[in-house]
Amino acid sequence: MLKIENLHVRVAGKVILKGLDLTVNAGEVHAIMGPNGAGKSTLGYVLAGREGYEVIDGTVTYEGADLLALEPEERAASGVFLAFQYPVEIPGVNNTYFLRAALNAQRRRRGEPELDSMQFLKRVREKLAVLHLKDELLHRAVNEGFSGGEKKRNEIFQMALLEPRLAILDETDSGLDIDALKMVADGVNAMRDPGRAFVVITHYQRLLDYIVPDFVHVLAEGRIVESGDRTLALRLEEHGYAWIAERKVAGAA
Amino acid sequence: MGVALLDSLLGDGSIPDDPASDWFVDVRRRASEALVRDGLPTAREEAWKYTNLRSLAQRRHARGDEQAASRAIDAATIALPGADGPRVVFVNGVYRADLSRWSAIEGVSFQSFSEVIAGDAQAERVLLTRRFDSKAQAFARLNSALVLDGPVIRVAAGVGVPELVHVVYVGAATGTDIAWQARALVELGEGASLRLVEHHVGEAGQADLGNTVSQFALRAHARLDLLQLQTMPESGTLIRRSEAVLEADAQLHVRTLELGGLLVRHDLAVELAGDRARLHSRGVFALRGRQHVDTHLDVRHVARDTVSDLLWRGVADQRSRGVFHGAITVAAGADGADANLSNKNLLLSAQAEIDTQPVLEIHADEVKAAHGATVGQLDEHALFYLRARGLPMPVARALLMLAFCRVAVDSIENVALHEHIDALLLERLPHAAMDTDEAQSGS
Repeated sequence: MLKIENLHVRVAGKVILKGLDLTVNAGEVHAIMGPNGAGKSTLGYVLAGREGYEVIDGTVTYEGADLLALEPEERAASGVFLAFQYPVEIPGVNNTYFLRAALNAQRRRRGEPELDSMQFLKRVREKLAVLHLKDELLHRAVNEGFSGGEKKRNEIFQMALLEPRLAILDETDSGLDIDALKMVADGVNAMRDPGRAFVVITHYQRLLDYIVPDFVHVLAEGRIVESGDRTLALRLEEHGYAWIAERKVAGAA
Repeated sequence: MGVALLDSLLGDGSIPDDPASDWFVDVRRRASEALVRDGLPTAREEAWKYTNLRSLAQRRHARGDEQAASRAIDAATIALPGADGPRVVFVNGVYRADLSRWSAIEGVSFQSFSEVIAGDAQAERVLLTRRFDSKAQAFARLNSALVLDGPVIRVAAGVGVPELVHVVYVGAATGTDIAWQARALVELGEGASLRLVEHHVGEAGQADLGNTVSQFALRAHARLDLLQLQTMPESGTLIRRSEAVLEADAQLHVRTLELGGLLVRHDLAVELAGDRARLHSRGVFALRGRQHVDTHLDVRHVARDTVSDLLWRGVADQRSRGVFHGAITVAAGADGADANLSNKNLLLSAQAEIDTQPVLEIHADEVKAAHGATVGQLDEHALFYLRARGLPMPVARALLMLAFCRVAVDSIENVALHEHIDALLLERLPHAAMDTDEAQSGS
């Protein structure tokens, strides 16, 4: 589904990703772990198409096509979703209005019929029930005045509603208490599907107790330096990221 | 004086020939003399620093419209969704009973200004004999000198008016450039409440000068909800002055939308004269083309524990220019005042300009005061967030701009009116036009 090869990305004059390779197949859950500043969020942003993230080398192929050639809204319509680490507050834009506009814009681009407000609300109610979210969230402006946990849950709610094929979660676990973390994990697990893939970016192993990954990758200094199954995450938890650096030095010697 | 505008309007020394009483003829004469003596303000006048009147001063305008009482006006021009109740219409400054609908409301009276000045008007004299002492108020003087008509609305003590009262000022095309005046007086008795719309519209292509003064007097515990909606064509000039005096515990909630006009100047002066009086002001301008809109707020806290809360937004595209001057003065003795002013602006083009100037002057103790003003561009991060959810760029931009402006009008409860204003704002904001603009600048 997603194939990243030799990806080099520069942000504000500084090269952050330095030859990243990653292959994600449909149905898989990949965890990307790594220390702060390794380039984890850069990976999320560059896949979603944020301006200012300049690809200087490498390719990203999604569903057989060049993902990097698409505008952010085209990527969204083709099924790419980024759950933001810091969801943006947008005063004056009603959450429900925004979500319906977004969903219908995607559907229009895909040549699917738009949902009328009744169909849309029905879908909203279903997803709210799964995520144990309050209706009240819908009537507020997008993320305005939401607590940190509410913002993250709203990201997961948007994901549930938009039903992407490739969901990238950028530190969705950061700042969450255990209940909110479980809710986020339940939301993701409910959506696991042979046709859908997840890239879960996280700093801590804790989330992976609830979202069990098929693969774990360690991202350090702009590259995937280690890949393995979920036990890699447990070893990282035990030894810390310094352990990876030491192994690299040992391997090079 | 060499000011063509004043020569054309006052040059022959005559004042309007209407059945005004002697006392108002005096008002006119005094105002006319002051105006001839001092002329129009220049850019050296601090209050007119950003609005140059030179080209307006060099124009000649005919005094009023002789056919104003009979001109045909399209019903769609004066309609406003959500305002289905009492309506009074003025065409080029002249009352039009045939276009108005006023049925008796218990405790509310409506008269046209021309009737009031024909009588002795004991109750209104204080307001109507108000002198405009500063040269900066030249247009208010011009209004006093030449005004013929306008709405005079009084609400008796204790009366809460359920209907939304709609006052429409129509600038109608006459085939020549005219200058028209209108004067509004609105008095709310003790504990009275009223919802009022001041609606400025015009016919396409007219390049007239409209010059209005509205005076609002709120007795103790009165509440006025005022919507000022200005959607004139982008060819006309409108100079307006809104003045309000609030007695103890009175509340003024005013929302001002400046969407049209080529040259617009609005002075909103509010005096919080009684203890615990409150002003809540929301406003927005959304400009394009070569529009120039200058808003001056002048809020005076005179009594104790008074509150002013001002939230204004501005958007300027193409070669337009917006000016915002927000002055709050807390006078000596107005202890416990709470003053808040926020003005945020969006520049959508490199040729557009917005000048914002918050001014806070405090002479009292235990005052809470905050003010802030910014001029910026659309938030790139928010734009990316919306696009990452699938919204196309032009839609995402329009949505953010609408949201930016909407903060200033979101408390309008009348659903039809609120939707209409949203639609007006959206129509003003460059969304569908965005792609063609970019294509043009690239060629």
